[in-house]
Amino acid sequence: MPQIELAGKIYEVDEDGFLQELDKWNEEFAQAYAHTEDIEGPLTEEHWKIINYLRDYFAKFGIAPMVRKVCKDNGIDMKKLYELFPTGPAKGACKLAGLSKPTGCV
Amino acid sequence: MANSETPLLDELEKGKWPSFVKDLKQAAGKNPMARDLIHQLELSYKDRIGHWKHGGIVGVKGYGSGVIGRYSDRPDLFPNVQAFHTMRVNHPTGWFYKTDTLRKLCDIWDKHGSGLTNMHGSTGDAILLGTTTDHLQSCYDDLSNAGFDLGGSGSALRTPSACVGPARCEWACIDSLDLCYNLTMTYQDQMHRPMFPYKFKIKISACANDCVAAIARSDLSVIGTWKDDIQVDQKEVLAYASSINIQKEVCDLCPTRCMEWNGKELKIYDEDCTRCMHCINLMPKALRPGKERGASILVGGKAPIVRGALLSWVIVPFIKLEPPYDELKNLIERIQDWWDENAKSRERLGELIQRLGMRVFLKAVDLPAVPQMVKAPRTNPYVFFWPEDLKKEVK
Repeated sequence: MPQIELAGKIYEVDEDGFLQELDKWNEEFAQAYAHTEDIEGPLTEEHWKIINYLRDYFAKFGIAPMVRKVCKDNGIDMKKLYELFPTGPAKGACKLAGLSKPTGCV
Repeated sequence: MANSETPLLDELEKGKWPSFVKDLKQAAGKNPMARDLIHQLELSYKDRIGHWKHGGIVGVKGYGSGVIGRYSDRPDLFPNVQAFHTMRVNHPTGWFYKTDTLRKLCDIWDKHGSGLTNMHGSTGDAILLGTTTDHLQSCYDDLSNAGFDLGGSGSALRTPSACVGPARCEWACIDSLDLCYNLTMTYQDQMHRPMFPYKFKIKISACANDCVAAIARSDLSVIGTWKDDIQVDQKEVLAYASSINIQKEVCDLCPTRCMEWNGKELKIYDEDCTRCMHCINLMPKALRPGKERGASILVGGKAPIVRGALLSWVIVPFIKLEPPYDELKNLIERIQDWWDENAKSRERLGELIQRLGMRVFLKAVDLPAVPQMVKAPRTNPYVFFWPEDLKKEVK
């Protein structure tokens, strides 16, 4: 299992960089990890709103919400979502929020 | 004779037909990824289980689709395919390109990936098989600089595709190429940034011969057709009489039996014709599609996954299709909105219509119910009405 070191701590991640031990997530993890997802500088309030929303949803339902729901519940559109997380909601946002890797389809 | 390392795959090289194993072995000579791939495949055949891990999320900046993550579950044995991601490149409409375009594409892929391609995937894209995560962005940049773009993957609009249409075919009732390109450019966002409950495919065939198999494979099929009568040249029909049995092969095999042949003249009852192209295919010099041309719009086709396979069925019997295609785009967007709003995760449009009912769908997308929508109008007399429609009838 690959490991990464962020802000002085070691985390186990999968080959795509998704956190394996979900309970180890913390805000420093998200912030230190952000640059790998093409986010420059400190995470803004808008980033945190999405990250916290994803975490709450995941805690409640055990899966990541559908993209449309993310946009609707947070009052933003896809364009804004990609501006905040340039690598996309599934890859970028879920990774920083410490969710299990969403199951994609080809 | 030395024992082969891939006895099971070798079986696939036997016979007269082309073999992907031959191609793989050739590629293995110059690329270590191809070499490991072929050995992993042999092991998969031996173990009777695929040795790719499930899923993988990788991508390039700004895009949520176009790259599919692939990882070996035996990187210890096959380190060169530990990561073996697929990139989907939007094909030129109708698959027309010059050889130098293909060379350019292959050069880029030799530089960044395994050199293996799949021309073309069933969606239509040029599929580039096998690269590593750190090559993705640079490969995309090279593709982009050479004028290519990625196609759709995941829960997105998939790369629209179309038959060769008027470029090579006399039967084309619509400009399938222009429409395909226009829709592709209009819906860039839906293609590159997945936002739907599941995949959505649009395919365009310029006549009912349906050379891209739109009806079997796409959620929204556009099929070229005509509204008026088949154009008949009786002299040419007569000429065919000496080479084919018109009664047996044309009239008797017409699905609606809408034509009569008396040995001298072919009479077509166009009001019964379903524009299936059968007679035109058999007598292309004598019969041609009518002059008032457009398309039928069908929805719901899909291959089996969650539920069984569906063929798409007619929702708009005839629509004129001329640029900028606003009427069609408007309809597509109404359909996608309703599907997006109501579908469960991984539910295709056809499945949703089956679950909630055709009348709910028609009401939501504001289409009138017409007889052409009935799957078997000659045998199925049942129509569901809304209660308010029944009241109207009573009055």
